Amino acid sequence: MSWETVIGLETHVQLSTKTKLFSRASTAFGASPNTNVNLIDCGLPGVLPSVNKEAFYKAIRFGMAIGAHINQTSIFDRKNYFYADLPKGYQITQMDLPIVLGGSIEILNENSSKTINITRAHLEEDAGKSIHDEFEGFSAIDLNRAGTPLLEIVSEPEISSAKEAVAYMKAMHQLVTYLDVSDGNMAQGSLRCDANVSIRKSGDSELGIRTEIKNINSFKFIEKAINFEIKRQIKVLESGEKVTQETRLYDSAKDETRPMRSKEFANDYRYFPEPDLLPVVISNEEMQKIKDEFPELPNEKETRYQNEYGLSSYDAQIIASSKSMADFFESSLTGVKNYSLLANWLIGEISAYLNKELIEIHESKLSSENIAMLINRIDDQTISGKIGKSIFEEMCINGSSPDQIIESKGLKQITDDDSIEKVVDEVIENNSEQVQGFKSGKEKLFGFFVGQVMKKTQGKANPQTVNKILKEKLAK
Amino acid sequence: MSIQFKSITELNELLDNKAISVLELTQESIQLAKKYSELNCFVTLNEENSSNRASAIDRDQKNTSLLSGIPLAQKDLFCTEGLRTTCSSKILSNFIPPYTATVVEKLEDAGSITIGKTNMDEFAMGSSNETSFFGSVHNPWKKGFVPGGSSGGSAAAVAAGIVPAATGTDTGGSIRQPAAHCGITGLKPTYGRISRWGMIAFASSLDQAGPLARSAEDCAILLNSMSGYDSKDTTSLNSDVPNFLENINQSIKGKKIGIIKEFDLSDLDTEVQKRFDESKKAYENLGAEFIEVSLPNISASVPTYYSIAPAECSSNLSRYDGVRFGHRAENTDDLNDLYIKSRSEGFGDEVKRRILIGTYALSAGYYDAYYKKAQQVRRLIKNDFDQVFKSIDLLMTPTSPYTAFKFESKGTQNPVELYLEDLFTISSNLAGLPAISIPHGQVNSLPVGLQLIGNFLREDELLNAAHVFQQNSDFHHAKPNLENFK
Repeated sequence: MSWETVIGLETHVQLSTKTKLFSRASTAFGASPNTNVNLIDCGLPGVLPSVNKEAFYKAIRFGMAIGAHINQTSIFDRKNYFYADLPKGYQITQMDLPIVLGGSIEILNENSSKTINITRAHLEEDAGKSIHDEFEGFSAIDLNRAGTPLLEIVSEPEISSAKEAVAYMKAMHQLVTYLDVSDGNMAQGSLRCDANVSIRKSGDSELGIRTEIKNINSFKFIEKAINFEIKRQIKVLESGEKVTQETRLYDSAKDETRPMRSKEFANDYRYFPEPDLLPVVISNEEMQKIKDEFPELPNEKETRYQNEYGLSSYDAQIIASSKSMADFFESSLTGVKNYSLLANWLIGEISAYLNKELIEIHESKLSSENIAMLINRIDDQTISGKIGKSIFEEMCINGSSPDQIIESKGLKQITDDDSIEKVVDEVIENNSEQVQGFKSGKEKLFGFFVGQVMKKTQGKANPQTVNKILKEKLAK
Repeated sequence: MSIQFKSITELNELLDNKAISVLELTQESIQLAKKYSELNCFVTLNEENSSNRASAIDRDQKNTSLLSGIPLAQKDLFCTEGLRTTCSSKILSNFIPPYTATVVEKLEDAGSITIGKTNMDEFAMGSSNETSFFGSVHNPWKKGFVPGGSSGGSAAAVAAGIVPAATGTDTGGSIRQPAAHCGITGLKPTYGRISRWGMIAFASSLDQAGPLARSAEDCAILLNSMSGYDSKDTTSLNSDVPNFLENINQSIKGKKIGIIKEFDLSDLDTEVQKRFDESKKAYENLGAEFIEVSLPNISASVPTYYSIAPAECSSNLSRYDGVRFGHRAENTDDLNDLYIKSRSEGFGDEVKRRILIGTYALSAGYYDAYYKKAQQVRRLIKNDFDQVFKSIDLLMTPTSPYTAFKFESKGTQNPVELYLEDLFTISSNLAGLPAISIPHGQVNSLPVGLQLIGNFLREDELLNAAHVFQQNSDFHHAKPNLENFK
């Protein structure tokens, strides 16, 4: 029997506002426990929330980017449940009137594109963090994260494979970072999702019973968790049983999902409109301002890179696909003449290095000034591309400037014909056997001579000049 | 010379003439509180701090405001930095707030001195002050009788002349009903007139702070300082605050006062009815006109209120979980056990009852029938008021259908009996309108209150009408005999 997978994702995006959604405490990541907490965040008696409009502006920017309807009047609701890291005993969220309604996101999966419709996106506050393994016999609560603004983006159940889910999350990551809505840092939990997965017989119109996998926070785990869940559900159905509607947790160590809480304990959240906050009204002027300040999106950048800097469509697309890469490209452009060379380096050496180290460019020691300098030295033939690579390696380690490295190591390229000719003569003289061989037709030996010349000049000889002189000399 | 029963303006004059120092005044006020400790008005006295503050004001000689150096009592649900704030609940019996409520801050900025925190119904839930963890408050007019609630301690402290004025809060009548039962003046302002920051919530959409004093004039003095927009409470109103004291002595000739047709006063105690008719006549003599008006949905006020208020309360009181502050049960097995035991031990019966009612009203499957329906009815009630205020200036009703009653005589078998205490007061909370209760005589030696309800933000109308009445009567000067409380 053939089965069909239906997936809907609920993505939680932590908005990159300086302060929390309802208080003026900082949202900075990594502070000592309970230091980014004020009266409001710990839910003291008598405190009241005040809305941080910046969170709304970011949510609206996201909504505009996906072509959604923006509710210029939206309201907050309370979601009531008890948990130790939920200070008020309720979470302030949006139920009936979310800020963003509808819209869609284009995803690219194995070169074919697909549109995933968005149901809604609403603002809500994050909870704190429970720590169970640090104090013997006690659980600890860190409220630094409590009240951090989240945008929960709910997709329609239109995703049909784990790979598509990953593509969706990648598109989401690109969008939220491009819009400066979030830093998109998945390791720190700035972007995470719950996956609703169900299975049905191919061709069935009714949806199967779904399970919800909570809180997945990497592209790799999304794929693995969903694939595990699909296989598990198929097994359940093929053995003639029914899938239980439940919330499950993905355990990456065991690569499996397992039930988190059974439905007997299903919470009744007793939603009702938050009486401590008036409806939030966004004026037409505010809407216009958000439009006017709209950042350039990837496809717009792609076109501009081709038109303004003459990049190939391939190069332009790769650079524009990542916000941090595009930012770096644009800040390196000043003073660079050879844009294609810069693009090649970004896509080649620099990307390879970042992928190996699993870091983003802004986390490396590379500065755009230094990369621009490196590109210019290669372009003006001060150094060869090959020397460039060894300089680059050093730049990655200690962040020093290419000129410093060239100067201190004497790496400046030898370009004058006389000096190179002298070395070429020496090589020919010392390798008469190979010269013989070359002349009798072993043309592959040409590379050997080039290598010898480079060795003697510590790689500093201009390769074109070496080639030219070698050819002349060997032809004699 | 005793400062007991003196008004704010009288005390201000004494201070101005250096007949008394702020320190002497403060200490005498505290002595009175101690002398009448049997009344049980205060949960906590602020003795040392208030004396220090009084001395500082004496030193600075900056007697610029009418409230400068005036001792006040704060209902024990306004957070006061460093001073225990209990809501008269066991669950907060050890809670010392790290911050001060806007209302208290404003009153203290005007120079007043907080001499203590007053007893109340637990979390302001009650109409008799009998639900307090710290015990019942006696009505200064009659030992063993309730002062009304929930601001019972504040009302009794003012009625006993310990302080000239006190703060209260009113969610369904909690300022006006105890003011009526204790023979003083109490004002519930328009919802949003006064910041709720630092005022511990019972039902957020209904709670409103207000003053209790011996006269409308003194209420106006407090209201001047208490009012105004606060960025920390985004439901507070960003509208102009008039000088309530300056506009208090206007003629009420030609003012149109509505009598609500739906409230059948013939059901009332004949004496309560009589007082009402006399006051009506008094207002007519002052030039006011009476018109019968209809508020078709007002009879639904009590059930509407008792769906909305408990629902909000059930959520507002979730934070008392024993995790971060307040009472925490000992020897608990796990997190759930901690919640269950801390809350079971920490809350009294009435609070538990309302949390249960509210949880039920909000639960899946019942939300539409109770909470949502109640909100719709609330809108209808508000529309009714909007409609009648197109043709009238004020509405007039008794404040309470009864006078103060004996301890444990009401609501012990059937809580709803006590809920009906709020019959006349609740609708103005639902509509967010200002209302005032003024004393207008006695029945069986117990005070009776008259309620005036005003249009949105028209506290000036209320205070004016109340003041003019008081200029022409002596009811507000009546003093209880406190000999039994020694």
